[in-house]
Amino acid sequence: MTARATIRIQEADFDIAQEIAALTKGRTDIGAVVSFSGICRGSEHGDPVAALTLEHYPGMAEAEIKRHADEAMSRWPLNGLSVVHRVGRITPGENIVLVVTASSHRQAAFEAAEFLMDYLKTRAPFWKQVERASGSNWAGWRRMWHCVPISFISGNRVPEVR
Amino acid sequence: MKVKYFAWVRERVGKAEETVEPPASVRTVDDLIAWLAKRGESYAHAFETPRVIRAAIDHAHVKPDTMIAGAREIAFFPPMTGG
Repeated sequence: MTARATIRIQEADFDIAQEIAALTKGRTDIGAVVSFSGICRGSEHGDPVAALTLEHYPGMAEAEIKRHADEAMSRWPLNGLSVVHRVGRITPGENIVLVVTASSHRQAAFEAAEFLMDYLKTRAPFWKQVERASGSNWAGWRRMWHCVPISFISGNRVPEVR
Repeated sequence: MKVKYFAWVRERVGKAEETVEPPASVRTVDDLIAWLAKRGESYAHAFETPRVIRAAIDHAHVKPDTMIAGAREIAFFPPMTGG
C-alpha cells in the first residue's frame, strides 16, 4: 500500500492513540510507529507562562507542511505519516503539535519524525505569542533582546535573530 | 497585489491584509519593504529593521532580492516559532 500523509491544522486538541490507530488499523506491513508531541510548558526561562496563542498563515501552512511531508516520504520508506498542529490559545499542559510516522522498521520512522519536527520548529509559518501575568510578547523576542547591544535596546530597535 | 501581515508585523501595521499597487520601480521584496515603510508611522515601525522580516510570495518562502512581478499575494512576518 502506498503511504499517505494526513495534515491537519486545528484549534481542537488531538488524541495521540487515535491518530496512531488511524495509521495502523487493518495493516500488517507496519513494524514501527514513532510519535512526537509538543506540549505547552508552564514556564519559559524561569518565568511562568499563562498561555500560548498560536497564529498561522492559512493556505501556506498546509502547503508547506505537505511539501515537507512529501519530501519525508520520498527520503524514507514510510507506510504512513500524520501531522497535526494546533492554533489558537493553548494553556500549559495542553498539546501543541503531533507528528506520527509509520514504517516497516524503526530507523526510518525515527528519522522522518525528527526531520518533520525540525522543519515545523523553524520553517513552517506558525508564530507563538506568549501570555504572562505581566503581559504578552511574541516567542523569540526575549531571545532576540538578549543578544543585542544595549544601544539597540535603548533605541527601541528590533534586533536581528541569531 | 494582496499583502498579508502576520504576528508582530500585523500588530504593528495594524491590519492583517490589504491590496497595494506599488510603482513599477518597486521590483524586489526588499524594494516593497522599503516602499511600505514609507506609508506611515505604523509601517515604518513594522519594517524598521528589514533583515528580521521574512517574506513569502504565493505561499512560498522567498529571499529579499526576489522579483515581485506577477505575485498575487505577498506575506511579511517575523521568524517562525511553530512546533
